[in-house]
Amino acid sequence: MKAARIGSIAGLGVLIALPFVTPAYFLHLLIQILLWGFIYTAWSTMGRFGLVSLGHGAFMGVGAYVPALLWNYFDVTPWLGIPVGIVLSALLGVIIGYPCFRLKVVGHYFALVTLALGQVVLLSIVAARDITGGSLGMTPRSIGHSWYALQFPDKAYFYMIALVVWLGGLLVWRWIDRGIGREALEAISDDEEAAAAVGIDVTREKLRVTVISAALTALGGALFGQYLMYLNPESVSGIGVSLQIVFAAIAGGMYAMLGPTVGALLTIALTEGLRVWFGANFVGAANAIYGILLILFVVFMPRGILGWLEMARRPRAATAPAE
Amino acid sequence: MDIFLLEAAINGLLLAGILALLTLGLNLIFGVIDVVWIAYADLVMCGMYAVYWLFAVFGWPLPLAFAASVVGVAALGVIVHLLIIAPILRSAPINQLLATGGLLYFLQSFATLLFTTDFRNIGVRLPIIEIGGIYISYSRLLAFAVALVGATALYLFLKRTYIGTAIRAIAQDREIIGLMGVDQRRIYLVTSAIGGALAGLGACLLALQYDVHPFIGNTFGPLIFMICVLGGLGNMIGGFIAAFIISQIIAIGGYYFSTELSYVLAFMLFIVLMFVRPQGIVRR
Repeated sequence: MKAARIGSIAGLGVLIALPFVTPAYFLHLLIQILLWGFIYTAWSTMGRFGLVSLGHGAFMGVGAYVPALLWNYFDVTPWLGIPVGIVLSALLGVIIGYPCFRLKVVGHYFALVTLALGQVVLLSIVAARDITGGSLGMTPRSIGHSWYALQFPDKAYFYMIALVVWLGGLLVWRWIDRGIGREALEAISDDEEAAAAVGIDVTREKLRVTVISAALTALGGALFGQYLMYLNPESVSGIGVSLQIVFAAIAGGMYAMLGPTVGALLTIALTEGLRVWFGANFVGAANAIYGILLILFVVFMPRGILGWLEMARRPRAATAPAE
Repeated sequence: MDIFLLEAAINGLLLAGILALLTLGLNLIFGVIDVVWIAYADLVMCGMYAVYWLFAVFGWPLPLAFAASVVGVAALGVIVHLLIIAPILRSAPINQLLATGGLLYFLQSFATLLFTTDFRNIGVRLPIIEIGGIYISYSRLLAFAVALVGATALYLFLKRTYIGTAIRAIAQDREIIGLMGVDQRRIYLVTSAIGGALAGLGACLLALQYDVHPFIGNTFGPLIFMICVLGGLGNMIGGFIAAFIISQIIAIGGYYFSTELSYVLAFMLFIVLMFVRPQGIVRR
């Protein structure tokens, strides 16, 4: 495992050095990859245990809009606004998760409940158009370079923030992966009744990953708002975003730590590649290809790219825990 | 009673017709094939584009464009079944949901690519009827009537024909049906075609009332899912009742608050009802 450790330290060194050598355009792509990679990782912390949410846009939306609204209307610094958004998002996770898990709303019923949750948040943002700007979106009040407002016209700052947050996401993933809760959750996703019978508190375990996932997703949404300085209900809370999160996490492989990040890398490389090759009037092509890939992935490799590579490497260890 | 409230309630009743028709197709597919087509509303979008292009651009007569849309979307339903559903018929329900989610993504983006995000209108506006100070849109009335006729036709088909009986039998017990000499694959194809045809019919009725754009499926797709689940997936009468409840909430909520808030109310009701009665509001 020594080689792996040296490899990851070297990789980290490269990642830290990157902003000093790359042009702004690539830095922009890297920031997006890291932030999306973080959000996809957040989705996977529950998705890998069979809790497929089609409404993560709800958590992103709360995380992005709360600090922006607090900043614009009450001059509250994002350092305070973002935690408020995270707490509200986690609370939303509890409000939806607790009854779902208690009353055994599972599988595609759970997916549909989360889909409805995404719609509730999306439409609430649109309905509150007097303060959120509705479908036209809103812009956090800009005051130039400021730590207090967490606004940096220089992309290198955001790159470092994104890098730290992304690493934090990976640490959370590893913490869950190595903790005792993981085995309990895998048992639950295999057979809920049996897991309950051996004394696992099903509701508590599921609620734990749901709250973590909701909180991390809200943080990702908040940073996107701060970075892009523009919020739009469709682009943070729409069905499109929620499905994109699911797709990229599955494509990269939600059972491996770096899988969701690979998904982010893949989807952004695809979007940008198509945009550069075919020009901006080819809007929609990238998403059309995503759609086809999603179908192919689900049909042919439900464990994602990294999962598939791992399985190819050691075919005998391929006992799918959750499907 | 306030006359505007009454008008809202009547319009809600008429909206329920189309929603019920679409729910019927979705329900049939769920009950028989046991797969949730999350991209169902986007098949409707395809049908609306078919009507738009054939009628408004190529100048076909409207009834012919409607017929082509119904047949076209039915064929699309069969293709979807053969290419996407059939290979994953035995995998986990959530994977089936995701695969049709991929289809949703594909159809919306492909439509954006082909037709751009412009709102397109077929340019037919049916008159508005006034009865005692209440204004009712003729196209909604027509849609309601057609939805009722469509539902009755489907009911008779399921009750009176051999294939209809086989479809109902398969919904009850898919293990035993093979032993009875029914070709399961053929029944699935017929069901997908009927589901598609209902989406095509819904598209014709919606094209009379709304502009078509690539993301129109997102505006009522979640709604018909909700109705389908509320009615109890696979339960057609339940779907009808749920369609009426939901569209009344939307119409009357829209009258008192705003359209978006009335949808928020409807979705919240859905979430709460999923907790209280996950098997649907009507017992099977």
